[in-house]
Amino acid sequence: MLVSLWPIAAAILDLTMQVPGKQGIGFLARWFSPDARQPTSLMRSTITSVWSLINRFLEWFGDLGLFAWQVVRASVRRPFEGRELLRQLDEMGSKSLPLVALAGAAIGAVLALESRSSLARFGATSMLPGALVYSIIHETGPVVTGLVVSGRVGAGIGAELGSMKVTEQIDAIEASGVNPYKFLAFTRIVACILVLPLLTLAADFCGVLFGWVADTLVQPVSFHRFINQGFVGATFSDFLAPTFRTAVFGLIIGMIGCFQGMRTQGGTAGVGLSATSSVVLSSLFVILADVILVKFILVFFS
Amino acid sequence: MMHSEQEVLLALEETGAVPAAEFSGVKSDAPVVVLRSIHKSFDSQIVLDGIDLTVGSGETLAVLGRSGTGKSVLLKLIIGLQKPDSGSIRIHGQELTLLDLDALNELRKKMGFLFQHAALYDSLTVEQNIAFPLKRHTKMTESEQRDRVKELLAAVGMEGDLKKMPSDLSGGMQKRIGLARALALDPAILLLDEPTAGLDPITSGEIDELILKLQEEHDMASIVVTHDLHSAKTIADRIALLHDGTVLIEGSFTELEKSDNEFVSEFLKRDS
Repeated sequence: MLVSLWPIAAAILDLTMQVPGKQGIGFLARWFSPDARQPTSLMRSTITSVWSLINRFLEWFGDLGLFAWQVVRASVRRPFEGRELLRQLDEMGSKSLPLVALAGAAIGAVLALESRSSLARFGATSMLPGALVYSIIHETGPVVTGLVVSGRVGAGIGAELGSMKVTEQIDAIEASGVNPYKFLAFTRIVACILVLPLLTLAADFCGVLFGWVADTLVQPVSFHRFINQGFVGATFSDFLAPTFRTAVFGLIIGMIGCFQGMRTQGGTAGVGLSATSSVVLSSLFVILADVILVKFILVFFS
Repeated sequence: MMHSEQEVLLALEETGAVPAAEFSGVKSDAPVVVLRSIHKSFDSQIVLDGIDLTVGSGETLAVLGRSGTGKSVLLKLIIGLQKPDSGSIRIHGQELTLLDLDALNELRKKMGFLFQHAALYDSLTVEQNIAFPLKRHTKMTESEQRDRVKELLAAVGMEGDLKKMPSDLSGGMQKRIGLARALALDPAILLLDEPTAGLDPITSGEIDELILKLQEEHDMASIVVTHDLHSAKTIADRIALLHDGTVLIEGSFTELEKSDNEFVSEFLKRDS
């Protein structure tokens, strides 16, 4: 089973690290291929590939650090590109709202239905509103919003900037005396940081609303009562820290999308790869950041 | 020919007899762009291997050469999009390789760059494309910007296309808009990367005429990278032929034609 799944996992990891024309870590799949007959040469090529992978991984982080530094340096210089920032807020915020609201609503409804059947086993269906609200506000709402936005916005940024890079539009911006790190990257990253908490609020609201709709279809209950039961014992910090941790998700999505887009190489294939790697990497880092931030919030806000 | 006079001025500046700022852009025949011993490599591939070039105010230099000889790289070095491995690039007497980003951006405002594929911002209309540098580097009001855009569009023969998107334009039209955008800030130096590449002979001729007309009106120093020998002959005062990373020959078209060098003869014969 593991042997049959490994090539698939290797291919996915390959994508995240890939630069056009460079070898990824698909070599791992070769270990399990039927052609693996010469252990010594296979071992040597694997060590070389692993070394190259580690090098590229560290190089990628180094480049990301340099990129982040360029953005920070550009951000403190005038002009502040307020108009472009507003355009990006509209592009990422209001245009992502329907998708985020729909995802929140679906998650709320599914959680309500699933939780009801689980809680019914213990005769604890009266705890459903509390469990639903707690689950949505603490974890489901922020994470679903982060992943939906990394899919929609991350891919959009990666593809747009990648396309601009290969058609020399970024060079044209720079040649006209405008700093592309500020005009393109800083505005998008700030927009992502600002819209993620707002979109999370929308997802939370839709999740709770449609959780109530799903619940009330099974056992009628007024929305007022549902909300009262749901928020019993909830404090402001229950709500604040999880919502604002999505600002970190925004930083990750914006930073990785812009970074992958602005380093695109190799024409249209490179643009496709930038879009894909933006989504894969930003989703991966959103999940990793979530694990770290949950622990952080539990320590400092509980 | 003004070339020798420029060399004298440059030599004086290098010895400190004439401060760079004194002659930068003041005399009509002063060197505006001076490249000395430019080297540039990508990984192990040497692209430019000791380039020396000088362009004076109001002068047009055409840079010719085979594909991959670093002609476009040369233009990108001049506008600071890439950095040379070694060598000196002086623009209006300022050493470009030593400038910080703010100073470099100030200098870039004095340069217009037409990219090989025009590189118009595809999410912006024609009007927004041309107004892009005006919005960021001038204090013009909206209506003044619009007037300037209309004036530039008229100069490139594209009146009435304000609201079109770049994707609605043909290759020749995109080049014209790219040229209008490059001229928006009234630059002292115009860098043109393959202005007639991919265009039919008639449109190429129109672009050449347009460049000539703009040069007469604006008196800019221009560097034109091209494969098109006819275009180079029409618009350039001087031609530099790159080969193996160096300037193989530099002079007027007639001087190139008289050259005994085998590569030069072959290059001119192939294109004629």
